[in-house]
Amino acid sequence: MTPTRKRRLIALLLILAGVGVASTVAFYSLQENLLYFQSPSDLAMQPIPPGRQFRLGGLVKPGSVTRAQDGLGTRFVVTDGPKEVEVEYVGILPDLFREGQGVIARGALDGNGLFEASEVLAKHDENYMPPEVAEALEESGHTVRSSDGR
Amino acid sequence: MNTNIAVKDKPRKNALVLFIHKLGSPPWFYDFTGKFIPWLWLIFVGLAAWALYLGLVRGPADYLQGESVRIIYLHVPAAWASLLIYASMAVMAFIALVWRIRIVEILAMCSAPIGAAFTIVTLTAGSLWGRPTWGTYWVWDARLTSELVLLFLYLGVIGLYNAIDEPRKAARAACLLAIVGAVNLPIIHYSVKWWNTLHQGSSVSLLGGSSIDASILWPMLIMAFAVKFYYLANLLTRARVRLLEQDLRKGWVKDVVREQRP
Repeated sequence: MTPTRKRRLIALLLILAGVGVASTVAFYSLQENLLYFQSPSDLAMQPIPPGRQFRLGGLVKPGSVTRAQDGLGTRFVVTDGPKEVEVEYVGILPDLFREGQGVIARGALDGNGLFEASEVLAKHDENYMPPEVAEALEESGHTVRSSDGR
Repeated sequence: MNTNIAVKDKPRKNALVLFIHKLGSPPWFYDFTGKFIPWLWLIFVGLAAWALYLGLVRGPADYLQGESVRIIYLHVPAAWASLLIYASMAVMAFIALVWRIRIVEILAMCSAPIGAAFTIVTLTAGSLWGRPTWGTYWVWDARLTSELVLLFLYLGVIGLYNAIDEPRKAARAACLLAIVGAVNLPIIHYSVKWWNTLHQGSSVSLLGGSSIDASILWPMLIMAFAVKFYYLANLLTRARVRLLEQDLRKGWVKDVVREQRP
């Protein structure tokens, strides 16, 4: 390798290292703000004052969904295992919304610890399979809808 | 760059090194690639048709998402291609900057529009997929945002290259941007691991296997493979045209034109 090429190689590697370090530091300090949602456990550790908007993510607790007699109101519990939060939402839910499914709700807590959602998004996991396979798995005792809420 | 003349007084080079040096010569590159570009297109069309038949006609719907899961055959191969093309562009840009090989420079620059197109396909298909499954076209989570940044990086490289008149200077500036932008690649890949995102985690990893059923996985992998041939065919076609443009007044281009029109 000629000296000029060597010089260019070293200069480029230095630029790469510099940009790499800079972006690592930037992203490390941004980490908190880049979290798209808070889990119920995050909420228990660092409470968010009522009225402040944030996103709550977790699984819909099986058996917790109740629909209002009149209108589109729905109440359900979002859980991540150890902690849970009750959510109220008025509006049309996404097709994938069901018990055991991961959801992300945007809204704020009221004074009594009830999360009033203005938007509910369904989160699906990384498993894809035809219905027959899902049925076979269910029959053999696997829980297919075991999303970890991420 | 060594030429064939230099080979005479040095000990004979091995065949691979000689081949790489030959590829650096515009007329040789032009002739050589012209021979197999049609085959690349043919392989791409064949594989893509096979993948689409398996995926759209023979394949099943998903247990949870139903028919909309079929967008996977477009979205995932395009997303992988958008990352892979950026990586290959950055590597070629690096080689171009250190060794100043003109053909590598052209190849790096011709990769950008193809990669940008795949990024747009990824974002559009993903957005249309998000509506029925998540309930929204777009959210600003880490995965979606970093993929959008990738599009802007591609557009930046294309823009910078076209903003400077002198092609070799332009390529040098754009190559540097391409290299610096490569820090975004690990961010996109690991975004679903490092942060809570609406986008789900990776389904397929090189070593860890896959959480996609084989009936959905195989058409997707075949499509991903097909897309690489599309990239190669499109890239080489673009590079040949760019070479002709840049060498318009050189002897070898006149020979090429003479051969085309006897």
